[in-house]
Amino acid sequence: MKKITQLEMVGISKAFHGVPANDQINLAVQSGEILGLLGENGAGKTTLMNILYGLYQPDAGEIRINGKAVKIRTPLESIQVGIGMVHQHFMLIQNHSAAENIALGYKNTPFLFPQKKINDSIIQFSKKFNFIIDPQKKVWQLSAGEQQRIEIIKALINGADLLILDEPTSVLTPQEIKDLFVILNQMKADGHMIILISHKLDEIMDLCDRVTVLSKGTVVGHAQTSEVDKKALARMMIGRDVIFNIEKEEIPREKEVLTVEHLSVTGDKGISMVKDMSFSIYKNEIFGIAGVSGNGQRELVEAITGLRKSDSGTIQINGVDITNVSPRMVYDQGISHVPEERIKFGIAPGLYLYENSILKQHHLDKYTRHKFLTYKNIKEHANQLVKAFQVKTPSIQIETKNLSGGNIQKLILGREISESPPLLVASHPTYGLDVGATEYLRKQLLQRRKEGGAVLLVSEDLEEIFELCDRIAVIFQGEFMGVLEADDSRLCDIGMMMAGSTRLDPSC
Amino acid sequence: MLKINVTDRIKVTPRTTLLTLMFSLLAGLFTIGLIFLFSGVNPLFAFYKIFSGSFGSTYGIKETITKAIPLILIGGGLAMAFRAKFWNIGAESQLLMGAIFGTWMGLAWGPNLPSYVIVPLMFLAGFFGGALWGVIPAILKIKFAINEVISTLMMNYICAEFMIFLIVGPWKGKTKFGFPYTDDLPASAILGLIPGSRIHYITLMVALISAVVLALIMYKTRFGYEVRVIGENPEAGKYAGIDFFKTTVIIMAISGGVAGLAGVGEAAGIHHYLSYPATISSGYGFTAIIVAWLAKLNPLFVIVSGLFFAGILVGGDAIQISLGLPAASVAVFNGTLLVFLIMGDYFLKHRVRIAWRS
Repeated sequence: MKKITQLEMVGISKAFHGVPANDQINLAVQSGEILGLLGENGAGKTTLMNILYGLYQPDAGEIRINGKAVKIRTPLESIQVGIGMVHQHFMLIQNHSAAENIALGYKNTPFLFPQKKINDSIIQFSKKFNFIIDPQKKVWQLSAGEQQRIEIIKALINGADLLILDEPTSVLTPQEIKDLFVILNQMKADGHMIILISHKLDEIMDLCDRVTVLSKGTVVGHAQTSEVDKKALARMMIGRDVIFNIEKEEIPREKEVLTVEHLSVTGDKGISMVKDMSFSIYKNEIFGIAGVSGNGQRELVEAITGLRKSDSGTIQINGVDITNVSPRMVYDQGISHVPEERIKFGIAPGLYLYENSILKQHHLDKYTRHKFLTYKNIKEHANQLVKAFQVKTPSIQIETKNLSGGNIQKLILGREISESPPLLVASHPTYGLDVGATEYLRKQLLQRRKEGGAVLLVSEDLEEIFELCDRIAVIFQGEFMGVLEADDSRLCDIGMMMAGSTRLDPSC
Repeated sequence: MLKINVTDRIKVTPRTTLLTLMFSLLAGLFTIGLIFLFSGVNPLFAFYKIFSGSFGSTYGIKETITKAIPLILIGGGLAMAFRAKFWNIGAESQLLMGAIFGTWMGLAWGPNLPSYVIVPLMFLAGFFGGALWGVIPAILKIKFAINEVISTLMMNYICAEFMIFLIVGPWKGKTKFGFPYTDDLPASAILGLIPGSRIHYITLMVALISAVVLALIMYKTRFGYEVRVIGENPEAGKYAGIDFFKTTVIIMAISGGVAGLAGVGEAAGIHHYLSYPATISSGYGFTAIIVAWLAKLNPLFVIVSGLFFAGILVGGDAIQISLGLPAASVAVFNGTLLVFLIMGDYFLKHRVRIAWRS
């Protein structure tokens, strides 16, 4: 197959259920170039790339490689013409080694001594891009950054000239992001072309030569990154200005709301995930926990909200001991919870919106009278929530799974704070949401703080942590690497702490 | 080239549900028709015979109602269990346990008590027996993560053997000339029939009330809400603070309990003594699975689907006699319909379009 030097997508349209996801999209990329594909969630970025990767067929339009129209019907054909894709959620088999994962789907694996060939090529790529991967290590032992490198090698070994990366930095530490950018720049210098899907403006500005901005399925602009600034891109993307620094007034910390002392929690694999942790959260405070997923955040949150038993230590809310009591007791004592993976934990998807609006409160007197639900009050409550929290829905009598992610999250947040709980635990509350919904939810959290609530915010999004939190704790392998006041922490400190070093990076 | 395009169905209207249901039934009947055809029987004539046998005569209607009684009772309970995604395949033995407990009550206390005391006591005992047998797999599932499909299914065999042990052993009737039956229930413990039929009207009333009450529980109470949340998304149930152990135990107590009521009805209304398990039940616990499914797991609709399948049971008997088809025809009939109903659910969740592509 001839090397791809130029790729064009011309007039691509694709609709689902009659709703256009892509409408007349044009896009072009050349050798030695990194193209950013920017847009809010639901703008159609992933659909467009899935068409390029052969997962979907466009309703109209064509793909041209080196000026010649081609049809890409399956991912296999896409790989054959020289396109590789690194998905947001890695497509690796956890129990197999790095080498075995690479061999899978590699068409030139020799019959004899396959390991040697694969190992050699891993080492060759490692040298070229200056990173270290042990081919014999099982995937589950590797960090997210290492797994991503395996995905990249997988694409390159199959001869990809064009590499598509879907939100590649969403799972990485700041240090790993730096390393990734070095690798991508080197690939660009080697004459590869790269399409980077992202909704993070900084990344696009740092890495890309050109950017194509999508909104609601159409292209709203092309630009050279050297000729635009972040503000202009953001305006293009959502059609108006975004407030990047939400105003946050100073409120003194006085009353302790949550007190955690010497807490230890074991995770699903029987490994200690939270180790002898102690901290307090005060009234009118947003306490942030920053860190890469899988360092004990989930176990800590589950122990506080009653979903998981702790091994030792105590948890108190307003002086009342709630260590290892049931989730309902925890809720009744005043802790509400916006769970991570909102659809998996936060709602019953097949139930009506109004039924989900009381999921945590259905046992309260106003919704249950003599064991019967009082549907009148429930519907009234649902209508209020929908109005107060700007949930876009045609009716409250619609199966909740039909709402978009942002609207489901607004519903959950509204439900959780409608009773004005002393403590709100929010896990990744804006993960995967578009800019508009994100801004709205963050404002609501600040509103909670102002009204006297305490908030425990777990997030991987440092921008969010910096914007909202009064204090920031960095978690690594079940321990806090430090708790910082918001005004004395610098991005590079936190990055190093997230990677497991308590010392500050001297270069900063 | 034929191109099949499958997408998720976002909006499900009652009309889509009804249409899917009708098409599943028609497709099922069509397939059954083919089976009849291969057995050398005119399918249209066979269907005519089935439905005229069950709904086309006074006798047929009476028999259909008689057989619908246990189906409505059990189907309602199964609808609740299935709604919580607890796959109770053990209604057959929950019915038998109800019959055992009810018969014991009737034999032990019936001779000294008037009808209006002993009959409620028997139903109470039957409910308790069925509930007991239903709660065991619930405990096994929540406390020890033992799959309920396996445990409920296996408990059918345990119960059947236990019943045989009772009728050939300690409970063998002194008046039965050595046959493996218990003694007849005393007159006060036998349920009255609508004259000229086998309809034990007390159980019929119990069944209809049970269907209404179960529907109320499911859609109007806090407990029913929790059942539906657990079934829709167990993780959300945990998050919402629902006590899984308590809820599952209650669900299975009810599901097993109403099957136990059906057992009392069969023993005290039809047979008047215990005999072999297959005689007492003839597979109501399994047929009721299809009944619950056809009713879309709504206890109120179970009344209609229960009558429908009772009709098929009665009509099946009729074609055995008039067309000389084997006794297994009814089982084939029911099984085929269930498969098509379950397949229909796929089309309810997905939208499938077929297009020709050149």
